[in-house]
Formats: sequence, structure tokens, C-alpha cells
Amino acid sequence: MKVKEKQAAFATDEKVNGADLFIKALVEENVDTVFGYPGGAVLPIYDALFRHEFPFEHILFRHEQGMIHAAEGYARVTGKPGVVIATSGPGATNLITGITDAMMDSLPLVVFTGQVSKSVIGTDAFQEADVMGITTPITKYNYQVQNIADLPATVSKAFHIATTGRPGPVLIDIPKNISQEMTAGDFDNKFTVPGYQPTMNPNPLQIRKLATALRNAKRPVLLAGAGVTIADGAHELKEFAEKYNIPVVNTLLGLGSFPGSNPLSLGMGGMHGTYAANMAMYEADLLINIGARFDDRLTGNTEHFAPNAKVAHIDIDPAEIGKIISTDIPVVADAKKALNALLSDENEQSNHNAWLEKLGANKKDYPLWYKHSEDKISPQWLIKQIHHASNGEAIVATDVGQHQMWAAQFYQFDKPHNWITSGGLGTMGFGLPAAVGAQIGRPDDTVVAILGDGGVQMTIQELAVLADKNLPVKVFIVNNEALGMVRQWQEKFHGERYSESLLTKNPDFVKLAEGFGVRGLKVEREEDVPELLEDIFSYDGPVVVDCRIDWKEKVFPMIAPGKGIHEMIGVEVEK
Amino acid sequence: MRRIITAVVQNQSGVLNRITGMLNKRQFNIESISVGTSETEGISKMTFVVDVSDQQKLEQLTKQLNKQIEVLKVSDITDKAIVARELALIKVGSNAQLRAEIQGIITPFRASIIDVSKESLAIQVTGKPDKIDALISLLKPYGIKELTRTGVTAFLRGQQPEQQVTEIHSFSI
Repeated sequence: MKVKEKQAAFATDEKVNGADLFIKALVEENVDTVFGYPGGAVLPIYDALFRHEFPFEHILFRHEQGMIHAAEGYARVTGKPGVVIATSGPGATNLITGITDAMMDSLPLVVFTGQVSKSVIGTDAFQEADVMGITTPITKYNYQVQNIADLPATVSKAFHIATTGRPGPVLIDIPKNISQEMTAGDFDNKFTVPGYQPTMNPNPLQIRKLATALRNAKRPVLLAGAGVTIADGAHELKEFAEKYNIPVVNTLLGLGSFPGSNPLSLGMGGMHGTYAANMAMYEADLLINIGARFDDRLTGNTEHFAPNAKVAHIDIDPAEIGKIISTDIPVVADAKKALNALLSDENEQSNHNAWLEKLGANKKDYPLWYKHSEDKISPQWLIKQIHHASNGEAIVATDVGQHQMWAAQFYQFDKPHNWITSGGLGTMGFGLPAAVGAQIGRPDDTVVAILGDGGVQMTIQELAVLADKNLPVKVFIVNNEALGMVRQWQEKFHGERYSESLLTKNPDFVKLAEGFGVRGLKVEREEDVPELLEDIFSYDGPVVVDCRIDWKEKVFPMIAPGKGIHEMIGVEVEK
Repeated sequence: MRRIITAVVQNQSGVLNRITGMLNKRQFNIESISVGTSETEGISKMTFVVDVSDQQKLEQLTKQLNKQIEVLKVSDITDKAIVARELALIKVGSNAQLRAEIQGIITPFRASIIDVSKESLAIQVTGKPDKIDALISLLKPYGIKELTRTGVTAFLRGQQPEQQVTEIHSFSI
């Protein structure tokens, strides 16, 4: 049904309940997919969904944590808000990790939780939890509906707040008596939010200042974060970098906002970034941060971060500016609008060829490196093969840990909106459901999930959704029978005392996949990889591949904890 | 450094929780908070006295307050011409002999005795925090049995000398 028809279908009902109004409000927000799980407090909502013949797709996950990560994946690759419905109590508390993750990584989510009826709120009723109290610090905004007349406007407002400015999760708690209440009223969905007016356009004076700084810079660097992708500013970023010949460092979440294959790209910066990227930030005299928040995994020890640089910071969230790194030229604006303002400001080229040559030499002499494992698969090589087999165009979702860093380092992203990873919160169990959500949001694209054997076991039940909906996600378990990143830190910084980090009793992932109705494969030698990849990328259905790697593999180069970005270890010179 | 910050907020359920939670999470050291309704219906005013280490931390505090959806306006009024008051209720040990002596101490502070019992006196005092501190220290020798303070509430004087008030909007930069 088209949206107009759907709205007409609602208009014919004379007396409706709160749940009907709620479904109608979602339709009016043009929601096409909802990630949900039914339960007592949302029974009226699920009944309304059924009676209205599912005016949008509802995907039933197997755990609330899975569905909210799926909503995050969906939001990341489509730019649209991920919509979630869960029941009260445990349904709501199972969402907490995903809500926090979305808050940290600025993902638009609109989360609806059922609540026990108003008459029993506060009495420790069955499946009651103080969801408002719990989610206040982890949402951009939350609200409990007190009155059926407020419901349509509240839904509208939730979508507005979640998707504008710096996106984030908004939670609406709906007591059961509200969704059950009968009404003949057709309530207005108009709302005002006087305390929330994000600044979109940059201050022209600040843009002038930035342009002047750029003209005088001898060693300029751009640091591009996810803010560029969220603002749809990748095209403008490329134009700006190329116009003034400024090298670009990407943050982990910013990968893809600037083409990795572009000669001006220095790759990822930070703890496991490239030597060239980190040294560029260390030696720069002008650092222009666009849409990144100077996370500690990027800056290393802040004392040594860009010590000689004039810092310009473009961010839509004023609270990010000056939070970690003191800023000389603050610009509060949408990344795309700021880039457009910079592009329209006629500026002379600064001459910094010597700088570009130096960075080019760093890039060439100190590339990312790996060694082939003797009898197992080297994970970095595997990622490169996956890149090759998917023409570098796949949507890649990862979990958290070593495989995440290898994917970030070796799957070169040329396009925005194709990279899904949990950056701020570092959530294990994120990758598989996020890939499922991405495939639902972009059904025609190839979706690859690169996971660890530890993280995949946290949300592996969502393989059921892959089988159920026949979603052709290619799942690679980079299996080292260990919690690899924990193990690496124990090896390097805790005297090789592998405290609870070895997973010697892993399940048989092939059988496990088959049990869920998903094709399962296992690969142990590099020589078998090319053929296997050809097979699975031409297979139209979900696949799980158990890829055996050497448990001793480590992620390099790295900045040790407490060290500066100029003190990387594990840097190898290209011979 | 001690600063007095005022915030104009929408009077919605959970707003105080949201703000104190944020201050706690971000490790801001609050000396006092006072909240109450304002001249406009549905709008409340909060006054914070905070102890921040430097300008950068102060800037973060005002920005984080401004970021809250229900917060309409944040002002640092410390360096302005302001009227700032708090109320304290002080119960001190006293008997009939001491009553007059205590009365003598509190008179210059324009404090008043609002309750008398056989063994104690309740004193009410309003004023700037340092005035209240001074009175408390004078009363200490008599034995303070109970003490409660409301925290500072403040606003700008009707007339400001020369320079204008700086309002720290979310779009100040």
C-alpha cells in the first residue's frame, strides 16, 4: 500500500484505541520497517498491527539486544531512523546496550517500549522497570506518554529529535492503559521543542578564519569522522580536499567518508591506525577536524596529540568542541554545510608540496603489513580477499576486537554508508544483528559480517532471522579460539597471563549454522579461500564461514596505552 | 573556581533527574542546586553553585546543560551585578540564660528566632552564603543540633553596569 492509501485506511475507523493512533503515527512518519518483539505491555500494539494488516514490515528478532543492533545497522546504512518496539521490563532492559551504543555513535533510533498501566506504575508490578530512569543518561531524549491526546505529537517529536542535529536514540515509554484507551479523537501531531534548535549553518566569520589559517598552513591535515557521512558530505569533503590538496585521515567510524584509494588518503588514524596518518596529525601545523569527537582511541595521550597544530573543529554538537582538545577555530555546523561554505570561499592555494611528499613517503615506506601464517589463514590477507571478491563494494559490519581492526585496516572503503562498526561503546555481539539490519535496509547490496568467535556467540540466535527471511548475509567468523584483543593485551601488557581469554571449547559453527537453517562452511588453508569466496558470493542465501586463523596473530601497528600518536609500536619498514 | 549558573528549563517530569544525572556522570562538583517555578507558567528556574577547576571545564558544563532538550537558556551570572540569597534554618542548643546572648549575636545578621524549646532555639537566616557561613561559625560554640540550607537562588539586578549580560546559547560560537 502507498502511504496515502494507508492513511485513508485509518481515517475510516470511527472509534480507535491508543495502539491504533500509534500505528497511524508511524505510518505518517513513513516508517517502512520495524524491529520488534511482542510482550504483555505491547499486546494492544501488536493487535493493532495485525488488525491493520502490517502497514509496514515488522521483523521479529530472537532477542531484544539483537533487534536493537539490527536497527542500528539499518540506520547506519540507510540514514533513516531505526524503529524498535519492545515490551516493558525485561524487553526494555534488554535494549540498554544497543541504546547506549547508538548514543555513543550518534545513530538515529526511535525506541518504543511498553510500560505497565498507569494505575500500577511504581508498585513493582509484573514486568515493571523504571525505564525512564534507566534510559535518561543513555538517550538523546526520552518521554513517557501520560495522555492519549499527546501520543501522535510525541511520536512525531521523537522522530524529529532522533534524526536532526546530532542524531541519537529517543525512547518513548507507552503505558498499556494508553494503548488500550478508546477514543474518537483525532489528535494533532504538531509539536514545538523550544530548547532544541541545532545550528546547521556555520558562522561566516569562523569560516573566514579557517580559510585564512588554511592559506597560511604549511602542514595541513583533515581529520574526517562519521559526522561527514551522517551529513551526506562525502562528495563535498573530496572536493575540498582535492581543491586544496589536503591529506585526509579518517577515524574508525569515518572510514568511507573519504575514498581510501584516493592518493590524499592516509587511512585510519589512532590506536591501530597507519603510521602515516598518526605522524601527519603529530606533525601538522593545521588540523581540521570535521565531524569527529577526538575519541581517546584516536588521540592516544592528548599531551602528544597534534602538539604543534592550530586546531579547527567543525561539529554540529557544540559540546564536543573543546571537550578533549582545545580548539582555536570552533565551527558549530552541519559538516556538509560547513564544507560548502569553505568551498564557496575563494581562497588561494597554500604551497605545501614538501609536506605532501613527506607524507607520501611515509605512506610508501611504512605501510600496513602482515605475514603469512604457515598452516592457517592470515586474517589480514583474508580481509583483502573478501574485499577483492566483493569488488570493494560490500556493506561490511563487524563486531569488536582484532577482526574489527583488521577489517578497518584492510577492507579499503571508497564509499560512505557501507561501514558498520561499534566504535564508541565497543559492543561485542553487535556485528551479526547489525549486518541483518543492514541487509533489510539495503536488500540489493552485498552485506558481509566479519565477526570474531567470541562476539558472534553473544547474539548468534539472530542467524534464525537470516534463515527466516532468507537474507543473503555472508558471515565470516575470524576464528582464533580466543578473545583475541584481550589475549593480545595480556600478551603485551600482562606478562602473557591469558586470564579467561582462550575459548578452547567453541561450538561447531558449521553444525550450529546448519541447525539454524543457514549454510555452514569451514576453511583452514589459504589455498582454499579464493574458490570458497567465489562460491559464497555467487550463492543467493545466508552463509556462515568458520575461518581458522593463528591464535597468536596480533593487530599492528599500535599505540600502547598512555602513549602518544608518535610512539607507535609494530611499525615495519617496507623493504 | 566557584561559579553561579542559572538555567531556565521546561517544567517536565524527570528534568531535574536528567540534569543532576548529567552533572554526576560528567563529574561536575555541585555545591548547591535550587529549583522552583518562575514568572512564566510551565517554566522553572534552576540555580547551581558549582566548583570548576578551569575555564574549559566551565565551558563544558554550560554546553552540556544547554544540550539537554528541556533546557531553554543557561547563564553564568557570577561576574554580573546579581542578587543572590539562600535560606538556612539552624537549631542551636540553648537554655533560658543563653537566649538573650544568642539573640545578641544574631541581630546584626537580621536573623530571627522562629522556634523555642527548653533546650534549643531555631534560627532563620537569609543572605549570601558567606554571611550564613559567618553566622554558623559564631553559633558553633553553643552546639549546632541541626542545620539545613536551601542552596543559593539568584538573578540579575535590574540595572547592569556598562557591559551586557552574556547568555551562553548553544549557538554562541
